[in-house]
Amino acid sequence: MMTWIRQVGWRHLVGVAMLVFALAPIVFVISAAVNPLGTLSSSELVPTGASAGNFERLFEDTQFGRWFLNSLVIALASSAASVFISALAAYAFSRRRFRGRRVGLLSVLLIQMFPQFLAIVAIFLIFSTVTEYWPAIGFNTWWGLILLYLGGALGVNTWLMKGFFDTLPRELDESATVDGASHTQVFFRILLPLVAPILAVTALLAFIGTINEFLIANVFLTDQGSKTLAVGLFGMVAGERNNNFGMFCAGTLLTAIPTVLVFQLLQRYITDGLTAGAVKG
Amino acid sequence: MTTQLSGPVTRARPAPEEEPAAKNGWIRIPLLAVTVAIAIWAAFPLIDNRAWTGLAILTATTAGLVYLYTTPRHVPLKYLAPGTILLVLFQIFPVLYTASTAFTNFGDGHRGTKQDAVVAIQTASVTQVPGSRQYALTVATTGDPATGPLVFLITDPATGQVSAGDASGRKDVTSEVTIGGTGRVTAADNYTVLNAGQASLRSQEITALAVPTEGGAIRSSGLSRAYEGRAGRAYDRNCDCIRDTTTGKTWTADESAGAFVSSDGERLAQGWKVSVGLSNFTRVLTDSAISTPFLRTLVWNFAFALASTGGTFVLGLLLAMAMHSDRVRGRTFYRVLLVLPYAMPSFAMLLVWRDMFNTDFGLINNLFGSHVDWFGGSASARLAVILVQLWLGYPYMFLVATGALQAIPRELSEASRIDGASPWAGFRRITLPLLMVALTPLLISSFAFNFNNFNAIYLTTEGAPFPADNPANGATDLLITYTYRIAFGGGGAQYGYAAAISIFIFLIVAVVSAVSFRRTRRLEEVHA
Repeated sequence: MMTWIRQVGWRHLVGVAMLVFALAPIVFVISAAVNPLGTLSSSELVPTGASAGNFERLFEDTQFGRWFLNSLVIALASSAASVFISALAAYAFSRRRFRGRRVGLLSVLLIQMFPQFLAIVAIFLIFSTVTEYWPAIGFNTWWGLILLYLGGALGVNTWLMKGFFDTLPRELDESATVDGASHTQVFFRILLPLVAPILAVTALLAFIGTINEFLIANVFLTDQGSKTLAVGLFGMVAGERNNNFGMFCAGTLLTAIPTVLVFQLLQRYITDGLTAGAVKG
Repeated sequence: MTTQLSGPVTRARPAPEEEPAAKNGWIRIPLLAVTVAIAIWAAFPLIDNRAWTGLAILTATTAGLVYLYTTPRHVPLKYLAPGTILLVLFQIFPVLYTASTAFTNFGDGHRGTKQDAVVAIQTASVTQVPGSRQYALTVATTGDPATGPLVFLITDPATGQVSAGDASGRKDVTSEVTIGGTGRVTAADNYTVLNAGQASLRSQEITALAVPTEGGAIRSSGLSRAYEGRAGRAYDRNCDCIRDTTTGKTWTADESAGAFVSSDGERLAQGWKVSVGLSNFTRVLTDSAISTPFLRTLVWNFAFALASTGGTFVLGLLLAMAMHSDRVRGRTFYRVLLVLPYAMPSFAMLLVWRDMFNTDFGLINNLFGSHVDWFGGSASARLAVILVQLWLGYPYMFLVATGALQAIPRELSEASRIDGASPWAGFRRITLPLLMVALTPLLISSFAFNFNNFNAIYLTTEGAPFPADNPANGATDLLITYTYRIAFGGGGAQYGYAAAISIFIFLIVAVVSAVSFRRTRRLEEVHA
C-alpha cells in the first residue's frame, strides 16, 4: 500500500488537485452560458436554471456562424502551413551546420520580442497598399490574414521543433545517407514521421494561438461578415458588458469546441512516444 | 560537385546528392511553376501602378527562388527560405518601419506632409458665407454602409454634373448614376448610397467630412444639402505661414517641430511629420513622469515574467511527470480535462477571470464568503494576475513537457533504475538535463512573451491599483501597458514616442534573452 502511494497515489493526488483549479472557471462559464437571465450579476458557479436562450440570441442577433467559419478556416490553414514551414527550418537548424546558423536562430527568437501591437500601425499601412494592388489578399480576406500570420511561422515553434530534432540520434540520418538517401528523403521519409508528436503539439499550439489572436485581426477585419470569433466576441462585451455576459460565455464555449476537437484528433500522436520505438532498432 | 555550405555529412559523401535530386523533379517542377505563376499574377498590378521598386524586388526574389531550388548547392537555405521570406515581409519589415518612426514625431496631428497639414487647416476653417454655392448631396460609401469610407455624391444644380468627393478631393463621376426628382443622386455604380437611417447613425463623421476645393471646401449642411464654403485661414507662401483672413493673425511654420506656431506660442493642431532625431529617446530618460516610476515598474515586470514562466513550468512539469506512468489509471481522462483551460479562448477567459475577482458579485468572494477588493491592494492584485497566468499558462508547459518526456528514450531511465539510482536522482541527473535541452529555448521565449504580456494586464486589472499621486502608473502595470497608456491614452496617439519606448523595452528583453541563450549553448553541446 505504501509503495502504491509512493509510486502511483501521489500522481492521482496532483491530478485531482489540479483538476479542481483547472475546471472551476470553466464550470462558471458553462453555468453563465445556460443562465436564463444572461447577466453577469446573476451568474453563479452552479447553474441556477437551464435555458438555451443565450445561444439562440447569439445566432439571431450576431453573425456568430460566419465568425466561426472564418476563424476555423484561418486557424486551420495557417497552423498547418506554419507547422510545415517551421519543420523545414528546424531541420536546417538542427541537422545542418552553416554560416549564420547561430545568428539566424537568435534572430528568430529576438524578432518575436518586439512589442507586437506597435507594429500594427506599420502592418496597417503595408496592407493598405496591398489591398489597393492585390484585393484578393487585402483587408477582410482569409488569404491576407493567413499570410500575415505565416510571417510568425519561424518563431517559438521552430525552437520547439529544433529541440526535438536535437534529441533524435544523428546516426539515424547518417545511416540513411550512407544508404544513398538524399536530404529530402531523409527529411520527409525518416525524420518527419519520427517528429510526429512534436508536429502535433506545435500544430495545436499554432491553432490555439490563431484562434485567440485579437490585436491584428481587429485591425485587419472590419467588415461584420469577415470577423473572426475573437474580434466578434470582444465587440460583444466592449459596450454592453453585464447584459451580454451570458451570450458572451455561450460564444466562449462554442469557440472552445474546435480547439478541443483538434486536440482530440492529435491526441494519439501527442500521447504516443514514437521515438522510443524508433531508437530501439 | 562541392557543397561548401551544407553539413559535414553531405560534404563527406557528395555523390548521392545528385541522383535523388533528379528523382524528385516531378514534385519540384510543378511547385516552381506555381511560384512563377503567382509572381506573374502579382507583377501586373505593380506594372499598372509603375511600382518599379516593388517589381524589381519581386523579380529578384522569384529568380532567386528558382535558382535556389534547381541548384544542388545551398541545402540549408532550401529549408529556410519559405519561412524567412514570410518573416522578412510580415515581421522584420513592419518592426523596422516602426523602429524608424521612433526618430520622428509621427502621431495624431503629425501624420502626413506639410502640404497635407495646410489642406487640413484650410479645410477645417471653412465657413458658409453669403453667396456660397449650394449643391444637392447624397451620402454614399465604397464599402460597408456601417463602416466603409464615406463619399459625398454632389450634384451641381446649375450644370447637373455629378461629382464624388472625400477628404482627398473631388472628381467627376463618369459611371452610371440615377438622379431623383430633387436633383439628388439615388443610385450610382461602384457606390452604395446610405439610406436616412444609416446616414443618421454616422452623422458625426458626415459633419466632419470636408471635401477640399480651391480656396475652400464643400461641407454638408444636413444630410441632403451641401455648400462650398470659404476658408477662414489660408497658407501664405511668402512668409511660410498660415494667415487668418478675418483677424490677420499669423502662425509661422516651425520645421523642427513640424507645426505652425504663432508669435504668442499658440500651436495649430494640424502639423506634419518631421524627423526629431533622438529627442524621443532623451524624453524617456529625462521626463520625470516616466523615469521615476520606470524602475519600480521594471522590477515588478521582471517579477511578473519570472513568476508566470517559472510557475507555469513547475506546475506543468509536475503534472507531466505525474501523468508519465503506465500505472496511472485514467491518464487519458486526466489529460483531456487538464488541458481544457488551454482550449478556452484566452482573451475571453481573461475577461471572465476579471469578473470572478469582482468585489461585489465575483465568484471568488461568493465562494469563500469574503468581501475582498482584489484589485484594490497592490499585493492582492499582483497575486491575482499571476494566479490567472498560472491558470492560462500551465497547460502549455504540461503539453510541451509531456512531448519532451516522451522523446526521452525509456531505456535511459530504465537503465538508471537498474543501476540502483533513486527515482529522484534519475530525474535530476538524466530526465531533467535532457528535458532542458528541448525546453530552455521555450522558457526563454515564454519569459519574453510574459514580459510583454499586454492582454494579461490590460484585460484584467488595467494596471490597477493606482497610487493617489500618479494616475499614470499602477501597481500591476507592465512596461508595455504603461507605455500604451502614455503613448495612446489621453492626449492622443504619439506613435513616434511610443516606438522609442518600445525600443527600450525590446533592448531589455533582448539582452536578458541573449544572455540566457548563451547558456543553452552548453546544453546543446551534449547532443551536437
